[in-house]
Amino acid sequence: MRELSLHILDLAQNSIGAGAHNVTIVIDEDEAGFFTFSIKDDGCGMSEDMIRQVRDPFVTTRKTRKVGMGIPFIDMVSQQCGGRLEIKSVEDEGTLLKAYFEKDNIDRPPLGDIVESIKVLLAGAPWLDVIFTYKNKTKEFTFDTQEVREVLGDAADFTNPEVYSWVEGYLRQNIALVQDKEER
Amino acid sequence: MKSLADLQALREKLKADIKLRRNEGTIVIVGMGTCGIAAGAREVMSAILDELAVRKLVDVQVRQTGCIGMCEKEVLVDVIRPNEPRITYGKVKPEDIKKIIAEHVVNGRIVEELVVGKIEQN
Repeated sequence: MRELSLHILDLAQNSIGAGAHNVTIVIDEDEAGFFTFSIKDDGCGMSEDMIRQVRDPFVTTRKTRKVGMGIPFIDMVSQQCGGRLEIKSVEDEGTLLKAYFEKDNIDRPPLGDIVESIKVLLAGAPWLDVIFTYKNKTKEFTFDTQEVREVLGDAADFTNPEVYSWVEGYLRQNIALVQDKEER
Repeated sequence: MKSLADLQALREKLKADIKLRRNEGTIVIVGMGTCGIAAGAREVMSAILDELAVRKLVDVQVRQTGCIGMCEKEVLVDVIRPNEPRITYGKVKPEDIKKIIAEHVVNGRIVEELVVGKIEQN
């Protein structure tokens, strides 16, 4: 995939498939020399057997094909960039994925359009509560869908054009305030 | 600058919209498996969301689904108008969306050149 934001959207789809209600996404431009992102959910989690096998593309829970590319893909990309993919998961509690990439590695894909990924994620799974943080060494921005639900109450519908258009504008302006210009 | 206060002002309108959106409107479904996303499903879904916002088509619902096994035809977009066959479009690009929405979603004319499947509904 061309952008890390597409991997983030893809991995968040796994959280949805795992029945998660809460998803926390953190992007850090510079964590001790690594660009990192993490996705934590409260979905069904994985057994220890599954955790051991999940980096293998020929292991999958899907029923339409006998290959699952999402995790093997980001596992490979992070290793090609001098990093790694950490997987922590407890059955019935949830899963935490964290991908590390050397910040200055020439092979690191750009982050790309993270705002579009978040907008599409929320409009496609409007029941999710998402906490999204974008940070670097000096600045940090967090968006929490609970804040929107507090203002809108039962009118908080992330599939409504007015709401997802607001989310897009709000995220774009606030991430631009934090993001290092080399990451744009 | 956008702020949470903007949402406060939208509250009453959004409440009224919820009733509209519960009605039996048209449903648009985008394939969002790894295969779909790699083929451009995010950009296609975003184009759909943007076009619905521009046209203020409040009664259309956009949903997503996982891989349905036709990975080579991604991005797959289904359009289901009430009491009409379910039409599946394949290899959809963001630039096809204006046409699919104007022709099919709004006017009920199927965009034949992009169709890969048709399922009659009961």
